[in-house]
Amino acid sequence: MSDRVELRQVSKAYEGVTVVETLDLAMKAGEFVVLLGPSGSGKTTLLNMIGGFANPSAGQVFIDGEEVTDLPPAKRPTATVFQDYALFPHMSLANNVAFGLRMRQVPKVDRLAKAAEMLKLVGLEGYDGRGVHQLSGGQRQRVALARAMAVEPKVLLLDEPLGALDLALRRQMQEELVRLQRRSGATFVHVTHDQEEAMSIADRIVVVNKGRIEDMGPPDRVYLKPASLFAAKFMGESNVLAGRVIEQSGGEVKVDTGQSVIVVRGDSPVGSAVHLALRPEQLLLAPVPDGIGLGRGRVEVLSFQGTHCRCHCRVDGIDLVLRAPVSASLMPGQEVTLYAAKADVVLLRR
Amino acid sequence: MKALGRIAPWAYLALMLLFIFLPVLVLIQFSFQGGLAPVPPFDGPSLKWWAKVLANRKITDGLTNSLLVGLGSALVATMLGFLAAYAMARQKRRLSAFYQFLLMAPITVSYLIIGMGLQITFNYLGISKSLWAIGIGHVVINLPLTFAILYAQLGEHQANIERAAYDLGARDWQVILLVTVPMLWPGLLAAFFIAATLSWDEFVIAFLLSRFDVTLPVVIWSMLKSGLSPELNATGTLVFVISILAVGVVEFLLWRSRRSNV
Repeated sequence: MSDRVELRQVSKAYEGVTVVETLDLAMKAGEFVVLLGPSGSGKTTLLNMIGGFANPSAGQVFIDGEEVTDLPPAKRPTATVFQDYALFPHMSLANNVAFGLRMRQVPKVDRLAKAAEMLKLVGLEGYDGRGVHQLSGGQRQRVALARAMAVEPKVLLLDEPLGALDLALRRQMQEELVRLQRRSGATFVHVTHDQEEAMSIADRIVVVNKGRIEDMGPPDRVYLKPASLFAAKFMGESNVLAGRVIEQSGGEVKVDTGQSVIVVRGDSPVGSAVHLALRPEQLLLAPVPDGIGLGRGRVEVLSFQGTHCRCHCRVDGIDLVLRAPVSASLMPGQEVTLYAAKADVVLLRR
Repeated sequence: MKALGRIAPWAYLALMLLFIFLPVLVLIQFSFQGGLAPVPPFDGPSLKWWAKVLANRKITDGLTNSLLVGLGSALVATMLGFLAAYAMARQKRRLSAFYQFLLMAPITVSYLIIGMGLQITFNYLGISKSLWAIGIGHVVINLPLTFAILYAQLGEHQANIERAAYDLGARDWQVILLVTVPMLWPGLLAAFFIAATLSWDEFVIAFLLSRFDVTLPVVIWSMLKSGLSPELNATGTLVFVISILAVGVVEFLLWRSRRSNV
């Protein structure tokens, strides 16, 4: 299957400042892709280059194999859900949703019928005649979604659409987005800085930082085996140890962190500087088969989180965070030995 | 002491309002004067001066002329102001700030200077003094205002709404006619009424650029030359009431547009 969206060697600079470095990015039909990164990372610029709101300084954009690099947004088979919804304040909801069809000269009866259907799809059945001002933020979000989807775009672009909603509503809308995406079969490209949101909705996460793609892959892979230090840190909490490879053999390397020597899986030449990353929940209080010891330390700060205790331990002068089971009933000042499964440790080259 | 602290702000407010509105209130009161002179003691109320005003061809002609010039120049100033504001807000060019300065600059020039300049220019171009000339003058003085009002309404949020329309397939003219103008409707009306009110009240330019057809302020000025009379008070009251109505409409429209922009 060919790619639905393809960015080929694109880059973008505004007034001499590079916001997107030269990169390639492809998305499949029916894929839910999340561009994840901090603000100013270039993720929205990437989205705008697909939608036609920004022209790449170099490179080409293809949708379904056709070059759209120089086409305006109106001529692309894309539709955008804007961060501030950008609904037409002077139109009823039905006319908002039907606007794209009106531009395509669909007869009034048909387009209003389609609008009613779309409103029903997003849970706003019977709201056709209402005005935008009578709606809550969550409802406006749904209308914006219905309006963009009414033109049946091949690619739906979502620019931090859930940013203004409260947590409960955000969770609910995340599920709705996935449902709508499965149903429509369109490629969804969703921009966010919220890694939990990214993990819960994406087929594939693209971690963007400083205009570069740091990592790209299914959420579990990106979370468990991040490809870069930035990805490890941005996709939730990570314990990071710096070290140097002192021995390499049979798919394993020995890393000297200064305080201890740790054997992990991976490849890196002897003498190279590396980082070792471990999620808090991967730090264990008891040895495991095929595991490694991380040394003895002292519990410094404990906070009860319901399902677990979040615990800061100082091991060989390094602060490590772990999620200890409540049943371990740790006390501040207690001496503990930390372990991890060898397979969990992520080796990152510096 | 406490009571004084509570009363003082209100007393101050009342004094300020009295200071501002007393002259107008007196003007209105003596338009209902019974006798010949609009000075105390008040011996009305009587409607005889109002009847005289409404029967005075000079005044009613002035009224019609003022309305024509006011509405006409306001319409043109609003349309030009909108186009300028739209271009400035949506097409960021390197010299945008400079163009904006040029558009706003006439607001700092006195009406007398603008009137003189127009008089010389019209004379040079062979355009005779007329209601048309006054109308052009009023467009010149009101354009900065309509531009500023409409420019303020064309923010990033509105730009995003237009972007959404483009994204859904609208062409330039469709975006302007179906989205921008309807969205800006309250602002457009407000700009129109402010321009109309200022033109309605304007004297200096109207005086310099008129000869046979004159506007109401010029009529009042020529009547003033022959001394005070309750008839003048009635005419002034008429000008004031129409202005106040227009300002009321503006306030209402701006209030509504603020409410709907949340």
